Amino acid sequence: MSSTRSNEPLAWLLFSAGGVMAALVLPVLVLLLGVAVPLGWIAPPSFERLVWLIHNPLVRLALLAIFSLSLLHWAHRFRYTLYDGLQVKHLTEVINLVCYGGALLGSVLALYLLFVVL
Amino acid sequence: MSEMATPHHARWYREPTSTYWWLGRWSYFVFILREVSSVFVAWTVVFLLKLVNSVAHGDGWYQAFLRWSAQPWVVILNIVTLFFVVFHAVTWFNLAPKAMVVTMGGRRVPGALIAGSNYAAWAVISALIAWGLLGG
Repeated sequence: MSSTRSNEPLAWLLFSAGGVMAALVLPVLVLLLGVAVPLGWIAPPSFERLVWLIHNPLVRLALLAIFSLSLLHWAHRFRYTLYDGLQVKHLTEVINLVCYGGALLGSVLALYLLFVVL
Repeated sequence: MSEMATPHHARWYREPTSTYWWLGRWSYFVFILREVSSVFVAWTVVFLLKLVNSVAHGDGWYQAFLRWSAQPWVVILNIVTLFFVVFHAVTWFNLAPKAMVVTMGGRRVPGALIAGSNYAAWAVISALIAWGLLGG
């Protein structure tokens, strides 16, 4: 028996947190910004409004949490999609690298955008 | 079950599973759909990061983002995305009572109440976000 601790509980915790975030927040954003505005059902939010929103530190922190947790949720679930759906369990290392690496990269990009560029 | 093959013990025979096992039954298919929803969660983050980036660069970039997001392929992708993120939300909230057992005064809180409070939170947060974006 190996005595090394598994990272699995942490991965599942982040997966769940991201799942909740994504469920609560993303549908309305996609509906409004991805569908209703482009199809002309509603007027786009004004630039001034978005600037006002995004310069609020709390909004920025919330966005960072939403972005990075949603990406971690994706990483964890997509990893299993590849395992189960395509039965490629022998590629574990590559898949982990792509999934968690991708999530980390996206989170760093979000951090940079929200707290350096802005 | 041991995987060891010894001269005295043959390896277990396991019937190979087809790569398309999840097409065989509706519940399996729904399971895979739920897994696939995560790809659209990730796309939503990319889409929103693009928006934040454009707003950070000024009104010109924001107008360009609006034109880009009105292209047919982006709209179609986002309609599919909407289906999947709503699917994710509904399956997630319906699963919540099974994943967490809440007791109150020694009694188990009924699952419908847990799912219901999740849906209520969803409605409130969605309304708040819509108000934040579009103004009152």
